[in-house]
Amino acid sequence: MTDTVLAKQSEADGHRFAPQDGKLILAHVLFAFGALVIGAIAGLLQGLVRGGIVTLPAGIGYYQLLTAHGVLMALIFTTYFIFGFIWASIARTLGDLMPQVRRMAWVGFALMTIGTLLGTVLILLNQATVLYTFYAPMKASPLFYIALVHVVAGTWASAAGLFVQYRYWRRKHPGQTSPLLAFMSVATMILWIVATLGVAATILAQLLPLSLGWTERVNVMVSRTLFWYFGHPLVYFWLLPAYMCWYVVIPKVIGGRIFSDSLARLSFVLFVLFSIPVGFHHQLMEPGISPLWKFVQVVLTFMVVIPSLMTAFSLFATFELTGRERGRRGLFGWLKAMPYKDVRFFAPFMGMLIFIPAGAGGIVNASNQMNGVVHNTLWVTGHFHLTVASGVALTFFGIAYWLIPAATGRKLTPKLHRLGIVQTWVWAVGMLFMSGAMHSVGLLGSPRRTAYTTYGDNAEAVGWMPYHVVMAVGGTILFVSVVLLVINIVLLLRAPRGVEEFPLGETAPDSPAVPVWLERWGLWVGIVIVLVLFAYTVPFADMIQHAGPGAKGVVTW
Amino acid sequence: MHMHRLEKMWLTFGVAMLAVFLIVLGIGVFANGAQPPTTHAHGGHEKPAPELAEETAPFDKPGLHKIGDNEYKLVMVAIAFAYKPLEDKIVIPAGATVHFEVTSTDVVHGLQIPGTNVNMMAVPGETTNFTFTFKKPGEYLVLCNEYCGNGHEMMWTTITVA
Ligand SMILES: [Cu+2]
Repeated sequence: MTDTVLAKQSEADGHRFAPQDGKLILAHVLFAFGALVIGAIAGLLQGLVRGGIVTLPAGIGYYQLLTAHGVLMALIFTTYFIFGFIWASIARTLGDLMPQVRRMAWVGFALMTIGTLLGTVLILLNQATVLYTFYAPMKASPLFYIALVHVVAGTWASAAGLFVQYRYWRRKHPGQTSPLLAFMSVATMILWIVATLGVAATILAQLLPLSLGWTERVNVMVSRTLFWYFGHPLVYFWLLPAYMCWYVVIPKVIGGRIFSDSLARLSFVLFVLFSIPVGFHHQLMEPGISPLWKFVQVVLTFMVVIPSLMTAFSLFATFELTGRERGRRGLFGWLKAMPYKDVRFFAPFMGMLIFIPAGAGGIVNASNQMNGVVHNTLWVTGHFHLTVASGVALTFFGIAYWLIPAATGRKLTPKLHRLGIVQTWVWAVGMLFMSGAMHSVGLLGSPRRTAYTTYGDNAEAVGWMPYHVVMAVGGTILFVSVVLLVINIVLLLRAPRGVEEFPLGETAPDSPAVPVWLERWGLWVGIVIVLVLFAYTVPFADMIQHAGPGAKGVVTW
Repeated sequence: MHMHRLEKMWLTFGVAMLAVFLIVLGIGVFANGAQPPTTHAHGGHEKPAPELAEETAPFDKPGLHKIGDNEYKLVMVAIAFAYKPLEDKIVIPAGATVHFEVTSTDVVHGLQIPGTNVNMMAVPGETTNFTFTFKKPGEYLVLCNEYCGNGHEMMWTTITVA
């Protein structure tokens, strides 16, 4: 079955998803945007409160909104969208999903959705105002942790389905290199599974028993360490699918070629290796970890500079080669040849541009002692909004503009194209104001995750207020962009019938073969395990051996 | 694996810069002692249950203690939603070196002094140590920068350097 399907697909541009696969993709993507809308309403209100512009009507808490915003945007929007995109990538490159794989995908979707709905209700009921980091010993309702377990278990079910399809393809095509997008999807899933083991461990072994009253106390340092063991690779779980688009989709959209298939694969492998054993750089300002081990993880953190530089080189090489093929001359003349009016290019491209300062900010955050200047200030929030909420989110918007019509068998019309460009601009401008103000006021010391206050009219804190007002203005502009996005999605769902392509880049026909060792996943997972053991065994054993009695669970909201 | 000549140069340059950067960072940490906040050697302090911290030294006497010539120990306890010492105004002579010792009795808090490098977490059951020299006189805001509950934004105090 798969081979005939593949043959059909090789007429690349006429690609259609099987209707059942289209439904699966659409369900994930639409659910993602549903979460985005609710999260955006919470975000808008937060900005207005923090800027001193509105006070919330009785009953709604600022931190409740903050929890909803963080959970729905950073965890739910991203995860659903990523699975939608990855299922599409698999169906596009490995052939229609096999029936049992499709079933696993829907089981995953159902589990995630039960978890999301339950979790959202608990947040709205003020039973889980613990932010999306739910740091111990804060004690949310047990149902909140059960909801989180469902979300994680759902992703595991989906990932298992993906591995089944990938293995089947490899068995059917012995000696062949797997399609690049499928390879990248597998890398992303491996990273996710290794990372989520940490958060699953703290939820199942520590937080859920605490919340149910089965245990009275919790080892806070162990819980924080397990959380950040997950929390940092989480960032790369968001980023790798965006890189999939940058590496594979964008070259096709601009009419060029993938710069190097092997180097793209190598960079993904390096991201998997160096994004996991480095959570301590989020814990630099806390006790319980020796400075030596903090430094070791800081060094490991910076190893991702290597695949990042490789990625930057590949992308701009593709741009330059494409521009020069079109006869553009001069050092930067090729930049003029890019299709800025094509939203499939423009939105991810803006994401890439914004990602450059975002990466620079990340270097500051991870820089051992320099972190002391910005730790837990609004600078970090600003950084976060440039990476996930711009680099990643803009890329996802760019994908959605062709993926939704591709999944429903409709056309992205020129009018919707233009609306997409406007939406992208509005987002970028809103983010410029909001994130710019966050970075600036963060350097002055204004803390993150804090409701409106002037600290007893402290002169310094009063001086931060104008920045908070700019943040509110930026947040409002961003909200307008979300409204435009929703309008566009509704119009896309009613667009004229037709075939919208899944743009799939190719390497040059004469490019060298991909080395086989790149696809030895056992080897890479083995190296990840060794690195994790190296970076965590000693400090983790220390946390357990020198633990006090632990902290009692508390509800402080 | 084939690699473009320019890409090789780009990566060599990048990796060399990375090495320089990490060496500078390492010298800062290990030669100049510019450490992030940390804990004194385990065993130096016993670790009582967090809710008993205020009955155990040094947190039974929160406040500023002179320990040497122009050198002080500042013991602070973070409790949702305030810092101890509560009433005593903390007055530090300008130019004095202050060794912070901070803990929490309940959830995780932060302790940050805007305009300085003082920025640390207060973790229940653990002691955070950090040393800072206040050179400029003035009133310093001390605030909690880790979400700790619905009174989080009310968690602050001041330190006077005179
Ligand atoms: Cu606090």
